[in-house]
Amino acid sequence: MYGGGYIFEEPNRVQQREEQLHDDPEKLAAFEMRIANGEKIEPGDWMPAEYRRQLIRLIEQHAHSEVIGALPEGTWITRAPGFKRKLALIAKVQDEIGHGQLLYNAAETLGKSREAMINDLLSGKSKYSNVFNYPAETWADVTVIGFLIDAAAIVNQVANAKGSYGPYCRALERICYEESFHLKQGHDAFIELATGTPGQKAMLQDALNRWWQPIMHFFGPPDKVSGHSEKLMQWKVKMASNDDMRNQFLEAYVPKIRELGLTLPDPLLNKNEETGRWEYSDPDWDLFFEVIKGNGPCNKERLDVRKWAEEHGRWIRKALMKEGTFEKKAMPVA
Amino acid sequence: MNDSLDPRINRLKLNKTDDPCKVEEGENWNVFEVFHQEKRGAHHEHVGCVHAPDAGLALVFAKEQFGRRKKCVNLWVVRSADILAFDVEDEDMFANNLEKTYRDASGFKVMEKINKFKAQAKPANDK
Repeated sequence: MYGGGYIFEEPNRVQQREEQLHDDPEKLAAFEMRIANGEKIEPGDWMPAEYRRQLIRLIEQHAHSEVIGALPEGTWITRAPGFKRKLALIAKVQDEIGHGQLLYNAAETLGKSREAMINDLLSGKSKYSNVFNYPAETWADVTVIGFLIDAAAIVNQVANAKGSYGPYCRALERICYEESFHLKQGHDAFIELATGTPGQKAMLQDALNRWWQPIMHFFGPPDKVSGHSEKLMQWKVKMASNDDMRNQFLEAYVPKIRELGLTLPDPLLNKNEETGRWEYSDPDWDLFFEVIKGNGPCNKERLDVRKWAEEHGRWIRKALMKEGTFEKKAMPVA
Repeated sequence: MNDSLDPRINRLKLNKTDDPCKVEEGENWNVFEVFHQEKRGAHHEHVGCVHAPDAGLALVFAKEQFGRRKKCVNLWVVRSADILAFDVEDEDMFANNLEKTYRDASGFKVMEKINKFKAQAKPANDK
């Protein structure tokens, strides 16, 4: 699972731009031609410093989102209602951690070690999808995450899978295939509550009301303020604008929510038949930035759990190290 | 202190100290490339990599990561550092001379010659 809305510029961006000026113009032209022709860029290829930096940030934050995203669902494994739901949830959580591994490897091909990425996550320097800073209060929250957050993630990932960097595209191909199961099992669990007892319906409606704003935040700030770089679009690092992806999500999923007799907590949410685009109330973007800064309901808990796992796993990682294995350490080749 | 909704998380007594946690370089082990064989008789194909302390554990992790869903009958792992590859910048050395019919089956027109021979030979036999 993953959302593009947390891909933010760091303060040192201006400095990096200077660095970009030193890229060999001839090589840069050949590189851009290659992307324009629909070719993929591979790890050993020449690439502009800014392309490498942006990709590392994008893929790294995607990897963190997979791993942190497994936490709110993981805590529900023991409380999942029934054997079938428990099996599906275990499989889904294992997939998400597996996606994290695939993505860390893709990022490593660009030259940043996994250890450095984990350190940046734990220190708060590197972000993950904002949506995972909210708690899963009831089982209905887990079904909303499994259905709607995964659906939103798929919109984003299917777009990114057409990007220009080969190792990222290959990882996403496999991820999208597995996400289709996540979405289906989430939809199934969601429908079961929506068509269940009055108590189940009320629990689901509550969860939907709680999650609607984080879901609207998911794709990031509106295009008019996010100012996505044209360069990133040209280099096929960013494949679709935040508003386009949000619209695509609303178009596909609002009808699937409403057909079950559920409502969404936004009186303005409606499709404008003339423009073909969805209209909605602006979610609270100040809150969004506040949560990204670390002040959401679960930011601290998520990082503390991750830190706990790192600290308590250290002894076994060290015990397993064998002499000789590390004589030749290398990054993944593809 | 901690007010997680999950009682198990509260029992962990998370973050008793606020000491920063730092993972040392190399602590996440070495990198191994993984090759997956879908069925007997098929080639092993590269599917990705795993981090592991040695090749034996790399196989165990590869089974979890790449053998848990799709059909799989065998896996190979090899240390990434041991892969020898051409430099991608040298890609032009694979540029093919299109005139390579001399090494293609289609470059040899045996039927034409046989038919020509038969056409010439036929009147002679008829005598």
